[in-house]
Amino acid sequence: MPDLTIDTNLARKILTDFIRTEITRAGFSRTLLGLSGGLDSALACYLAAEALGPGNVLAVRMPYRTSSPDSLAHAQLVIDALGVETLTIPITDMVEPLFNLHPDMENRRKGNIMARQRMIVLFDQSEVFKGLVLGTGNKTEILLGYSTLYGDSACALNPMGDLYKTQVRQLAKAMGVPEPLIQKPPSADLWSGQTDEGELGFTYAEVDKLLFLLVDQRYTPKECIDEGFEERFVHAVIERIRKSQFKRIMPPIAKLSGRTVGYDFLYLRDWGT
Amino acid sequence: MKINVAMAQINTVLGNVDRNLEKHLDLIEQARRGGADLITFPELSLTGYALQDLAPAVACHALPADPVFNQLLASSKGIDIQVGFVEEDERNRFYIATAFLSEGEVRHVHHKVYLPTYGFFDEGRFFARGESVRAFDTRFGRVGMLICEDFWHASSPYMLWLDGADLFLFASASPGRGITLPPQGAGPGRTESARWVNDIIRAYAGMFTTFVVHTNRAGFEDGVNFWGGSSAFSPDGEPLVNGVEHAEALVLAELDLGQLHRTRTRLPLLRDERTSLVQREITRITSGKDA
Repeated sequence: MPDLTIDTNLARKILTDFIRTEITRAGFSRTLLGLSGGLDSALACYLAAEALGPGNVLAVRMPYRTSSPDSLAHAQLVIDALGVETLTIPITDMVEPLFNLHPDMENRRKGNIMARQRMIVLFDQSEVFKGLVLGTGNKTEILLGYSTLYGDSACALNPMGDLYKTQVRQLAKAMGVPEPLIQKPPSADLWSGQTDEGELGFTYAEVDKLLFLLVDQRYTPKECIDEGFEERFVHAVIERIRKSQFKRIMPPIAKLSGRTVGYDFLYLRDWGT
Repeated sequence: MKINVAMAQINTVLGNVDRNLEKHLDLIEQARRGGADLITFPELSLTGYALQDLAPAVACHALPADPVFNQLLASSKGIDIQVGFVEEDERNRFYIATAFLSEGEVRHVHHKVYLPTYGFFDEGRFFARGESVRAFDTRFGRVGMLICEDFWHASSPYMLWLDGADLFLFASASPGRGITLPPQGAGPGRTESARWVNDIIRAYAGMFTTFVVHTNRAGFEDGVNFWGGSSAFSPDGEPLVNGVEHAEALVLAELDLGQLHRTRTRLPLLRDERTSLVQREITRITSGKDA
Protein backbone atom coordinates (compact mmCIF):
# COMPACT_ATOMS: atom_id res chain seq x y z
CA MET A 1 0.00 0.00 0.00
CA PRO A 2 1.29 3.45 -0.86
CA ASP A 3 2.54 5.89 1.73
CA LEU A 4 1.01 9.36 1.38
CA THR A 5 3.11 10.92 4.12
CA ILE A 6 4.38 14.35 3.11
CA ASP A 7 7.14 16.65 4.29
CA THR A 8 4.82 19.14 5.98
CA ASN A 9 7.54 21.76 6.53
CA LEU A 10 8.30 21.78 2.83
CA ALA A 11 4.63 21.89 1.81
CA ARG A 12 4.04 24.75 4.23
CA LYS A 13 6.97 26.73 2.85
CA ILE A 14 6.00 26.23 -0.82
CA LEU A 15 2.30 26.94 -0.28
CA THR A 16 2.78 30.10 1.79
CA ASP A 17 5.34 31.36 -0.76
CA PHE A 18 2.84 30.55 -3.52
CA ILE A 19 0.04 32.52 -1.87
CA ARG A 20 2.24 35.53 -1.17
CA THR A 21 3.90 35.55 -4.61
CA GLU A 22 0.83 35.01 -6.72
CA ILE A 23 -1.30 37.53 -4.84
CA THR A 24 1.32 40.28 -4.79
CA ARG A 25 2.32 39.87 -8.45
CA ALA A 26 -1.33 40.35 -9.39
CA GLY A 27 -1.20 43.70 -7.59
CA PHE A 28 -2.95 42.68 -4.37
CA SER A 29 -1.82 42.18 -0.79
CA ARG A 30 -4.93 40.57 0.69
CA THR A 31 -7.00 37.45 0.38
CA LEU A 32 -10.40 36.22 1.55
CA LEU A 33 -12.04 32.86 1.80
CA GLY A 34 -15.20 31.15 2.94
CA LEU A 35 -14.51 29.66 6.36
CA SER A 36 -16.96 26.80 6.77
CA GLY A 37 -15.75 25.30 10.02
CA GLY A 38 -14.36 22.33 8.12
CA LEU A 39 -10.78 21.25 7.75
CA ASP A 40 -9.96 22.41 4.22
CA SER A 41 -10.92 26.05 4.64
CA ALA A 42 -9.32 26.08 8.10
CA LEU A 43 -6.00 24.98 6.59
CA ALA A 44 -6.34 27.50 3.75
CA CYS A 45 -6.91 30.20 6.38
CA TYR A 46 -3.81 29.14 8.34
CA LEU A 47 -1.70 29.18 5.17
CA ALA A 48 -3.06 32.60 4.15
CA ALA A 49 -2.50 34.13 7.58
CA GLU A 50 1.08 32.89 7.59
CA ALA A 51 1.67 34.06 4.02
CA LEU A 52 0.18 37.55 4.24
CA GLY A 53 -0.32 38.30 7.94
CA PRO A 54 -3.69 37.85 9.68
CA GLY A 55 -4.74 41.45 9.04
CA ASN A 56 -4.65 40.76 5.30
CA VAL A 57 -6.96 37.76 5.49
CA LEU A 58 -10.74 37.96 5.63
CA ALA A 59 -12.56 34.82 6.77
CA VAL A 60 -16.21 34.94 5.73
CA ARG A 61 -18.72 32.68 7.46
CA MET A 62 -21.86 32.13 5.40
CA PRO A 63 -24.25 29.92 7.37
CA TYR A 64 -27.60 28.66 6.11
CA ARG A 65 -30.33 28.15 8.68
CA THR A 66 -29.79 24.40 8.81
CA SER A 67 -26.00 24.66 9.01
CA SER A 68 -24.62 22.78 11.98
CA PRO A 69 -23.98 25.08 14.98
CA ASP A 70 -20.66 23.26 15.30
CA SER A 71 -19.62 24.73 11.95
CA LEU A 72 -19.86 28.32 13.20
CA ALA A 73 -18.16 27.40 16.46
CA HIS A 74 -15.32 25.58 14.72
CA ALA A 75 -14.80 28.48 12.33
CA GLN A 76 -14.63 30.72 15.41
CA LEU A 77 -11.81 28.58 16.83
CA VAL A 78 -9.79 29.30 13.69
CA ILE A 79 -10.58 33.02 13.75
CA ASP A 80 -9.62 33.28 17.42
CA ALA A 81 -6.41 31.32 16.95
CA LEU A 82 -5.23 33.37 13.98
CA GLY A 83 -6.69 36.83 14.60
CA VAL A 84 -7.81 37.17 10.98
CA GLU A 85 -10.46 39.64 9.87
CA THR A 86 -13.94 38.16 9.86
CA LEU A 87 -17.47 38.66 8.61
CA THR A 88 -20.60 36.57 9.06
CA ILE A 89 -23.08 36.83 6.22
CA PRO A 90 -25.97 34.32 6.45
CA ILE A 91 -27.21 33.17 3.05
CA THR A 92 -30.67 31.94 4.15
CA ASP A 93 -32.54 35.02 2.94
CA MET A 94 -30.68 34.94 -0.35
CA VAL A 95 -31.31 31.32 -1.31
CA GLU A 96 -34.76 30.63 0.13
CA PRO A 97 -36.69 32.75 -2.40
CA LEU A 98 -35.28 30.47 -5.11
CA PHE A 99 -35.99 27.31 -3.10
CA ASN A 100 -39.57 28.51 -2.61
CA LEU A 101 -40.13 28.83 -6.34
CA HIS A 102 -39.54 25.08 -6.60
CA PRO A 103 -41.10 23.37 -3.59
CA ASP A 104 -40.06 19.94 -4.91
CA MET A 105 -36.37 20.88 -5.00
CA GLU A 106 -34.16 18.06 -3.72
CA ASN A 107 -31.07 18.40 -1.56
CA ARG A 108 -28.52 18.30 -4.35
CA ARG A 109 -30.07 21.28 -6.15
CA LYS A 110 -30.31 23.20 -2.92
CA GLY A 111 -26.71 22.36 -2.09
CA ASN A 112 -25.51 23.64 -5.45
CA ILE A 113 -27.48 26.86 -5.05
CA MET A 114 -26.00 27.41 -1.61
CA ALA A 115 -22.47 26.77 -2.87
CA ARG A 116 -22.99 29.23 -5.74
CA GLN A 117 -24.58 31.82 -3.47
CA ARG A 118 -21.53 31.67 -1.21
CA MET A 119 -19.37 32.22 -4.29
CA ILE A 120 -21.40 35.36 -5.11
CA VAL A 121 -20.96 36.69 -1.59
CA LEU A 122 -17.23 35.99 -1.59
CA PHE A 123 -16.54 37.59 -4.95
CA ASP A 124 -18.61 40.58 -3.91
CA GLN A 125 -16.62 40.90 -0.68
CA SER A 126 -13.39 40.59 -2.64
CA GLU A 127 -14.25 43.92 -4.22
CA VAL A 128 -14.79 45.54 -0.81
CA PHE A 129 -11.78 43.93 0.90
CA LYS A 130 -9.58 44.42 -2.16
CA GLY A 131 -8.36 40.86 -1.96
CA LEU A 132 -8.33 37.74 -4.13
CA VAL A 133 -10.55 34.77 -3.34
CA LEU A 134 -8.54 31.82 -2.06
CA GLY A 135 -9.61 28.32 -3.10
CA THR A 136 -9.89 25.54 -0.57
CA GLY A 137 -10.44 22.50 -2.81
CA ASN A 138 -8.17 19.48 -2.32
CA LYS A 139 -6.85 16.97 -4.86
CA THR A 140 -9.26 14.24 -3.80
CA GLU A 141 -12.37 16.30 -4.39
CA ILE A 142 -11.00 17.82 -7.59
CA LEU A 143 -10.28 14.36 -9.04
CA LEU A 144 -13.62 12.96 -7.92
CA GLY A 145 -15.49 16.05 -9.09
CA TYR A 146 -16.92 16.37 -5.58
CA SER A 147 -17.63 20.08 -5.74
CA THR A 148 -20.07 22.54 -7.25
CA LEU A 149 -18.90 24.03 -10.54
CA TYR A 150 -18.76 27.85 -10.18
CA GLY A 151 -19.63 27.33 -6.54
CA ASP A 152 -17.12 26.20 -3.92
CA SER A 153 -14.60 25.46 -6.68
CA ALA A 154 -14.54 29.09 -7.87
CA CYS A 155 -11.46 31.01 -6.77
CA ALA A 156 -8.58 33.18 -7.94
CA LEU A 157 -5.90 30.75 -6.79
CA ASN A 158 -5.82 27.40 -5.06
CA PRO A 159 -2.97 26.46 -2.74
CA MET A 160 -4.32 23.02 -1.76
CA GLY A 161 -5.41 21.40 -5.00
CA ASP A 162 -2.38 19.11 -5.17
CA LEU A 163 -2.83 17.70 -1.65
CA TYR A 164 -5.03 14.67 -1.06
CA LYS A 165 -7.50 14.94 1.81
CA THR A 166 -5.34 12.74 4.04
CA GLN A 167 -2.38 15.03 3.28
CA VAL A 168 -4.50 18.09 4.09
CA ARG A 169 -5.04 16.49 7.49
CA GLN A 170 -1.27 15.99 7.96
CA LEU A 171 -0.49 19.60 7.09
CA ALA A 172 -3.38 20.90 9.22
CA LYS A 173 -2.02 19.01 12.22
CA ALA A 174 1.49 20.32 11.60
CA MET A 175 0.21 23.91 11.42
CA GLY A 176 -1.80 23.63 14.62
CA VAL A 177 -5.35 23.67 13.25
CA PRO A 178 -7.62 23.06 16.30
CA GLU A 179 -8.11 19.39 17.10
CA PRO A 180 -11.94 19.27 16.83
CA LEU A 181 -11.65 20.22 13.14
CA ILE A 182 -9.08 17.52 12.49
CA GLN A 183 -11.10 14.85 14.30
CA LYS A 184 -14.62 15.45 12.96
CA PRO A 185 -15.91 13.60 9.88
CA PRO A 186 -15.57 15.72 6.71
CA SER A 187 -18.89 17.23 5.58
CA ALA A 188 -20.07 19.83 3.09
CA ASP A 189 -22.78 20.60 5.69
CA LEU A 190 -25.29 21.36 2.96
CA TRP A 191 -27.96 19.39 4.79
CA SER A 192 -28.26 17.94 8.24
CA GLY A 193 -26.29 14.75 8.82
CA GLN A 194 -24.48 14.89 5.48
CA THR A 195 -20.95 13.48 5.48
CA ASP A 196 -18.56 13.27 2.53
CA GLU A 197 -17.72 9.65 3.14
CA GLY A 198 -21.40 8.72 3.52
CA GLU A 199 -22.24 10.43 0.26
CA LEU A 200 -19.24 9.14 -1.68
CA GLY A 201 -19.61 5.60 -0.39
CA PHE A 202 -15.98 5.14 0.58
CA THR A 203 -13.47 6.66 2.97
CA TYR A 204 -10.83 9.25 2.13
CA ALA A 205 -8.17 6.95 3.54
CA GLU A 206 -9.12 4.29 0.96
CA VAL A 207 -9.73 6.49 -2.04
CA ASP A 208 -6.64 8.63 -1.51
CA LYS A 209 -4.42 5.57 -1.69
CA LEU A 210 -6.13 4.42 -4.86
CA LEU A 211 -5.96 7.88 -6.46
CA PHE A 212 -2.30 8.13 -5.54
CA LEU A 213 -1.58 4.88 -7.40
CA LEU A 214 -3.78 5.71 -10.39
CA VAL A 215 -2.84 9.34 -10.84
CA ASP A 216 0.52 10.02 -9.22
CA GLN A 217 2.10 6.62 -9.79
CA ARG A 218 0.35 5.88 -13.13
CA TYR A 219 -0.72 2.36 -12.12
CA THR A 220 -3.10 0.57 -14.49
CA PRO A 221 -6.49 -0.47 -13.08
CA LYS A 222 -5.30 -4.08 -13.06
CA GLU A 223 -2.20 -3.18 -11.08
CA CYS A 224 -4.40 -1.40 -8.52
CA ILE A 225 -6.55 -4.53 -8.20
CA ASP A 226 -3.39 -6.61 -7.80
CA GLU A 227 -2.39 -4.25 -5.00
CA GLY A 228 -5.52 -5.29 -3.13
CA PHE A 229 -8.21 -2.78 -4.14
CA GLU A 230 -11.66 -4.20 -4.94
CA GLU A 231 -12.31 -4.32 -8.67
CA ARG A 232 -15.70 -2.60 -8.39
CA PHE A 233 -14.23 0.21 -6.32
CA VAL A 234 -11.37 0.77 -8.77
CA HIS A 235 -13.70 1.02 -11.76
CA ALA A 236 -16.19 3.23 -9.93
CA VAL A 237 -13.45 5.71 -9.02
CA ILE A 238 -12.01 5.74 -12.56
CA GLU A 239 -15.47 6.40 -13.93
CA ARG A 240 -15.99 9.25 -11.47
CA ILE A 241 -12.72 10.83 -12.59
CA ARG A 242 -13.65 10.50 -16.26
CA LYS A 243 -17.16 11.86 -15.84
CA SER A 244 -16.00 14.91 -13.91
CA GLN A 245 -13.25 15.98 -16.32
CA PHE A 246 -15.46 18.88 -17.45
CA LYS A 247 -15.09 20.41 -14.00
CA ARG A 248 -11.32 20.52 -14.27
CA ILE A 249 -10.93 22.41 -17.54
CA MET A 250 -12.19 25.63 -19.04
CA PRO A 251 -15.25 25.17 -21.28
CA PRO A 252 -14.13 24.23 -24.80
CA ILE A 253 -14.31 26.99 -27.37
CA ALA A 254 -15.44 25.94 -30.84
CA LYS A 255 -12.42 26.55 -33.03
CA LEU A 256 -13.11 28.58 -36.16
CA SER A 257 -10.11 30.82 -36.70
CA GLY A 258 -6.41 30.20 -37.10
CA ARG A 259 -5.68 31.34 -33.57
CA THR A 260 -8.06 30.49 -30.79
CA VAL A 261 -7.92 31.14 -27.07
CA GLY A 262 -6.96 27.96 -25.28
CA TYR A 263 -5.60 26.09 -28.34
CA ASP A 264 -2.98 28.25 -29.96
CA PHE A 265 -3.12 31.47 -27.98
CA LEU A 266 -1.00 30.34 -25.08
CA TYR A 267 0.21 32.48 -22.21
CA LEU A 268 0.51 31.84 -18.49
CA ARG A 269 -1.65 33.90 -16.19
CA ASP A 270 1.56 35.39 -14.80
CA TRP A 271 2.37 36.87 -18.22
CA GLY A 272 4.36 40.09 -17.72
CA THR A 273 4.65 39.80 -13.93
CA MET B 1 44.53 29.34 -9.44
CA LYS B 2 41.43 30.05 -7.42
CA ILE B 3 38.32 31.59 -8.92
CA ASN B 4 35.26 33.05 -7.26
CA VAL B 5 31.96 32.16 -8.83
CA ALA B 6 28.70 33.96 -8.00
CA MET B 7 25.57 31.99 -8.89
CA ALA B 8 22.72 34.45 -9.39
CA GLN B 9 19.75 32.39 -8.24
CA ILE B 10 17.09 34.81 -9.39
CA ASN B 11 13.36 35.04 -9.95
CA THR B 12 12.33 36.58 -13.26
CA VAL B 13 9.52 38.68 -14.66
CA LEU B 14 7.80 36.50 -17.26
CA GLY B 15 8.33 37.98 -20.70
CA ASN B 16 9.78 41.31 -19.57
CA VAL B 17 13.39 41.40 -20.80
CA ASP B 18 13.98 45.02 -19.72
CA ARG B 19 13.10 44.33 -16.09
CA ASN B 20 15.16 41.15 -16.06
CA LEU B 21 18.13 42.84 -17.73
CA GLU B 22 18.08 45.53 -15.05
CA LYS B 23 18.30 42.83 -12.38
CA HIS B 24 21.16 41.15 -14.25
CA LEU B 25 23.14 44.38 -14.47
CA ASP B 26 22.63 45.10 -10.75
CA LEU B 27 23.78 41.64 -9.74
CA ILE B 28 26.75 41.69 -12.11
CA GLU B 29 27.86 44.93 -10.48
CA GLN B 30 27.26 43.53 -6.99
CA ALA B 31 29.24 40.37 -7.81
CA ARG B 32 32.08 42.35 -9.35
CA ARG B 33 32.32 44.53 -6.26
CA GLY B 34 32.34 41.37 -4.14
CA GLY B 35 35.36 40.05 -6.03
CA ALA B 36 33.66 37.46 -8.24
CA ASP B 37 35.49 36.38 -11.40
CA LEU B 38 32.41 34.81 -12.94
CA ILE B 39 28.67 35.28 -12.47
CA THR B 40 26.25 32.61 -13.69
CA PHE B 41 22.53 32.99 -14.33
CA PRO B 42 19.83 30.29 -14.64
CA GLU B 43 18.10 28.98 -17.74
CA LEU B 44 16.12 31.68 -19.58
CA SER B 45 17.21 34.21 -16.96
CA LEU B 46 16.47 37.20 -19.23
CA THR B 47 12.96 36.08 -20.09
CA GLY B 48 11.36 33.70 -17.60
CA TYR B 49 10.72 30.04 -18.27
CA ALA B 50 7.19 29.09 -19.41
CA LEU B 51 7.15 31.53 -22.30
CA GLN B 52 4.79 29.69 -24.65
CA ASP B 53 3.66 32.26 -27.24
CA LEU B 54 5.94 34.90 -25.71
CA ALA B 55 9.06 33.17 -27.05
CA PRO B 56 9.33 35.08 -30.36
CA ALA B 57 8.63 38.39 -28.61
CA VAL B 58 11.55 38.06 -26.17
CA ALA B 59 14.20 36.65 -28.49
CA CYS B 60 17.66 38.26 -28.70
CA HIS B 61 20.81 37.83 -30.73
CA ALA B 62 24.07 37.26 -28.87
CA LEU B 63 25.75 40.02 -30.87
CA PRO B 64 27.22 43.43 -29.95
CA ALA B 65 24.52 45.13 -32.04
CA ASP B 66 21.71 43.61 -29.98
CA PRO B 67 20.36 46.20 -27.51
CA VAL B 68 20.27 43.68 -24.65
CA PHE B 69 23.62 42.02 -25.33
CA ASN B 70 25.17 45.38 -25.93
CA GLN B 71 24.62 46.22 -22.25
CA LEU B 72 25.63 42.80 -20.97
CA LEU B 73 28.82 42.85 -23.01
CA ALA B 74 29.66 46.30 -21.69
CA SER B 75 29.38 44.97 -18.14
CA SER B 76 31.52 41.88 -18.85
CA LYS B 77 34.75 43.73 -18.07
CA GLY B 78 36.64 42.26 -15.14
CA ILE B 79 33.91 39.69 -14.59
CA ASP B 80 32.77 36.95 -16.95
CA ILE B 81 29.06 36.30 -17.38
CA GLN B 82 26.96 33.28 -18.22
CA VAL B 83 23.43 34.36 -19.12
CA GLY B 84 20.23 32.58 -20.20
CA PHE B 85 18.05 33.84 -23.05
CA VAL B 86 16.03 32.99 -26.16
CA GLU B 87 18.12 33.19 -29.32
CA GLU B 88 16.57 33.65 -32.75
CA ASP B 89 18.80 32.49 -35.58
CA GLU B 90 19.09 34.03 -39.03
CA ARG B 91 16.37 31.73 -40.30
CA ASN B 92 13.98 32.57 -37.45
CA ARG B 93 14.30 29.48 -35.35
CA PHE B 94 14.11 30.05 -31.60
CA TYR B 95 16.46 28.33 -29.17
CA ILE B 96 16.76 28.11 -25.41
CA ALA B 97 20.28 29.46 -25.14
CA THR B 98 23.05 30.33 -22.72
CA ALA B 99 25.96 32.61 -23.61
CA PHE B 100 29.38 33.11 -22.05
CA LEU B 101 30.58 36.71 -22.16
CA SER B 102 34.06 37.92 -21.31
CA GLU B 103 35.89 41.23 -21.79
CA GLY B 104 33.21 42.58 -24.07
CA GLU B 105 33.05 39.50 -26.29
CA VAL B 106 30.70 36.58 -26.74
CA ARG B 107 32.94 33.56 -26.18
CA HIS B 108 30.37 30.82 -26.71
CA VAL B 109 26.66 30.23 -27.13
CA HIS B 110 25.07 26.89 -26.32
CA HIS B 111 21.62 25.99 -27.61
CA LYS B 112 19.73 23.49 -25.46
CA VAL B 113 19.92 20.17 -27.29
CA TYR B 114 17.34 18.21 -25.28
CA LEU B 115 13.95 19.91 -25.06
CA PRO B 116 11.69 18.11 -22.58
CA THR B 117 8.24 17.76 -24.10
CA TYR B 118 6.39 15.46 -21.75
CA GLY B 119 4.44 15.74 -18.51
CA PHE B 120 4.56 19.33 -17.34
CA PHE B 121 7.15 20.31 -19.99
CA ASP B 122 6.31 21.61 -23.46
CA GLU B 123 9.57 23.04 -24.79
CA GLY B 124 9.63 21.17 -28.10
CA ARG B 125 6.42 22.90 -29.07
CA PHE B 126 7.98 26.35 -28.95
CA PHE B 127 11.72 25.89 -29.50
CA ALA B 128 14.19 24.39 -31.96
CA ARG B 129 16.74 21.84 -30.75
CA GLY B 130 20.39 22.80 -30.55
CA GLU B 131 22.75 20.79 -32.71
CA SER B 132 26.06 20.84 -30.88
CA VAL B 133 27.71 20.25 -27.52
CA ARG B 134 31.12 21.89 -27.38
CA ALA B 135 33.64 23.03 -24.82
CA PHE B 136 35.36 26.40 -25.21
CA ASP B 137 38.35 28.24 -23.81
CA THR B 138 38.10 30.88 -21.12
CA ARG B 139 40.60 32.63 -18.86
CA PHE B 140 39.81 29.92 -16.27
CA GLY B 141 40.57 27.04 -18.61
CA ARG B 142 38.21 25.05 -20.78
CA VAL B 143 34.52 25.24 -19.92
CA GLY B 144 31.34 23.46 -21.03
CA MET B 145 27.78 24.72 -20.66
CA LEU B 146 24.56 22.70 -20.54
CA ILE B 147 20.95 23.65 -19.88
CA CYS B 148 18.78 21.59 -17.54
CA GLU B 149 17.45 18.57 -19.53
CA ASP B 150 20.77 18.48 -21.43
CA PHE B 151 22.48 17.08 -18.37
CA TRP B 152 19.84 14.39 -17.80
CA HIS B 153 21.47 12.74 -20.82
CA ALA B 154 24.83 11.42 -19.63
CA SER B 155 26.28 11.78 -23.12
CA SER B 156 26.20 15.60 -22.90
CA PRO B 157 28.61 16.06 -19.99
CA TYR B 158 30.57 13.08 -21.29
CA MET B 159 31.16 14.85 -24.62
CA LEU B 160 32.14 18.06 -22.84
CA TRP B 161 34.59 16.10 -20.71
CA LEU B 162 36.21 14.56 -23.77
CA ASP B 163 36.24 17.97 -25.44
CA GLY B 164 38.40 19.27 -22.62
CA ALA B 165 36.00 20.95 -20.20
CA ASP B 166 37.29 21.01 -16.62
CA LEU B 167 34.46 23.25 -15.45
CA PHE B 168 30.83 22.45 -16.23
CA LEU B 169 28.37 25.33 -15.99
CA PHE B 170 24.85 23.96 -15.72
CA ALA B 171 21.87 26.35 -15.89
CA SER B 172 18.34 25.30 -14.93
CA ALA B 173 14.77 26.37 -14.42
CA SER B 174 13.94 23.25 -12.46
CA PRO B 175 10.39 23.01 -11.12
CA GLY B 176 10.07 21.73 -7.57
CA ARG B 177 7.93 18.62 -7.37
CA GLY B 178 7.51 15.71 -5.01
CA ILE B 179 7.08 16.43 -1.31
CA THR B 180 7.29 12.94 0.12
CA LEU B 181 9.43 12.58 3.19
CA PRO B 182 13.08 12.21 2.20
CA PRO B 183 14.95 8.94 2.67
CA GLN B 184 17.00 8.70 5.85
CA GLY B 185 19.97 11.04 5.73
CA ALA B 186 18.86 12.99 2.66
CA GLY B 187 18.20 16.06 4.77
CA PRO B 188 14.88 17.78 5.35
CA GLY B 189 13.00 20.28 3.30
CA ARG B 190 13.92 19.34 -0.28
CA THR B 191 11.60 18.51 -3.14
CA GLU B 192 12.23 15.21 -4.89
CA SER B 193 13.36 17.10 -7.99
CA ALA B 194 16.00 18.93 -5.93
CA ARG B 195 17.28 15.60 -4.64
CA TRP B 196 17.42 14.04 -8.13
CA VAL B 197 19.27 16.98 -9.67
CA ASN B 198 21.82 17.27 -6.90
CA ASP B 199 22.45 13.54 -6.93
CA ILE B 200 23.24 13.44 -10.64
CA ILE B 201 25.33 16.59 -10.87
CA ARG B 202 27.33 15.46 -7.87
CA ALA B 203 27.87 12.13 -9.62
CA TYR B 204 29.14 13.92 -12.74
CA ALA B 205 31.65 15.90 -10.69
CA GLY B 206 32.98 12.68 -9.22
CA MET B 207 32.81 10.54 -12.38
CA PHE B 208 34.40 13.16 -14.61
CA THR B 209 36.71 14.55 -11.89
CA THR B 210 35.50 17.99 -12.95
CA PHE B 211 34.09 21.11 -11.30
CA VAL B 212 30.34 21.43 -11.62
CA VAL B 213 28.50 24.71 -11.00
CA HIS B 214 24.72 24.51 -11.17
CA THR B 215 22.59 27.66 -11.18
CA ASN B 216 18.86 27.17 -10.74
CA ARG B 217 16.20 29.81 -10.57
CA ALA B 218 13.79 30.69 -7.77
CA GLY B 219 10.23 32.03 -7.69
CA PHE B 220 6.93 30.93 -9.18
CA GLU B 221 5.22 30.93 -12.55
CA ASP B 222 1.50 30.36 -12.05
CA GLY B 223 1.40 27.36 -9.69
CA VAL B 224 4.90 26.08 -10.44
CA ASN B 225 7.73 26.72 -7.99
CA PHE B 226 11.41 26.77 -8.89
CA TRP B 227 13.50 25.45 -6.04
CA GLY B 228 16.76 27.40 -6.31
CA GLY B 229 19.38 25.47 -4.34
CA SER B 230 22.25 26.39 -6.68
CA SER B 231 25.34 24.37 -5.91
CA ALA B 232 28.95 23.68 -6.81
CA PHE B 233 30.92 20.45 -6.53
CA SER B 234 34.65 19.76 -6.59
CA PRO B 235 36.36 17.20 -8.86
CA ASP B 236 36.19 14.86 -5.85
CA GLY B 237 32.41 15.09 -6.00
CA GLU B 238 32.37 17.00 -2.74
CA PRO B 239 29.89 19.85 -2.30
CA LEU B 240 31.55 23.27 -2.21
CA VAL B 241 28.34 25.13 -1.57
CA ASN B 242 24.62 24.40 -1.38
CA GLY B 243 22.58 27.53 -1.89
CA VAL B 244 19.38 28.30 -0.03
CA GLU B 245 16.31 26.61 -1.51
CA HIS B 246 13.05 28.34 -2.49
CA ALA B 247 14.48 31.86 -2.31
CA GLU B 248 16.51 34.25 -4.40
CA ALA B 249 20.21 34.44 -3.55
CA LEU B 250 23.65 35.24 -4.83
CA VAL B 251 25.41 31.97 -4.01
CA LEU B 252 29.20 32.18 -3.77
CA ALA B 253 31.75 29.45 -4.30
CA GLU B 254 35.54 29.46 -4.43
CA LEU B 255 36.92 26.97 -6.95
CA ASP B 256 40.53 25.94 -6.37
CA LEU B 257 41.47 24.81 -9.85
CA GLY B 258 44.59 23.11 -8.44
CA GLN B 259 42.22 20.43 -7.19
CA LEU B 260 42.02 19.07 -10.76
CA HIS B 261 45.70 18.12 -10.59
CA ARG B 262 45.37 16.52 -7.16
CA THR B 263 42.19 14.62 -7.92
CA ARG B 264 43.30 13.33 -11.31
CA THR B 265 46.63 12.17 -9.85
CA ARG B 266 44.71 10.12 -7.32
CA LEU B 267 41.98 9.04 -9.70
CA PRO B 268 43.09 9.00 -13.37
CA LEU B 269 39.67 8.29 -14.89
CA LEU B 270 40.25 10.77 -17.70
CA ARG B 271 43.63 9.21 -18.54
CA ASP B 272 42.07 5.75 -18.69
CA GLU B 273 38.97 6.67 -20.65
CA ARG B 274 38.80 4.56 -23.84
CA THR B 275 37.22 6.86 -26.39
CA SER B 276 38.06 4.62 -29.36
CA LEU B 277 36.29 1.73 -27.72
CA VAL B 278 33.28 3.97 -27.03
CA GLN B 279 33.25 5.21 -30.60
CA ARG B 280 33.54 1.67 -32.00
CA GLU B 281 30.69 0.37 -29.88
CA ILE B 282 28.42 3.35 -30.56
CA THR B 283 29.03 2.92 -34.28
CA ARG B 284 28.12 -0.76 -34.00
CA ILE B 285 25.01 -0.06 -31.87
CA THR B 286 23.68 2.74 -34.05
CA SER B 287 24.37 0.82 -37.27
CA GLY B 288 22.04 -1.92 -36.05
CA LYS B 289 24.57 -4.59 -37.03
CA ASP B 290 26.11 -6.98 -34.58
CA ALA B 291 29.87 -6.94 -34.67
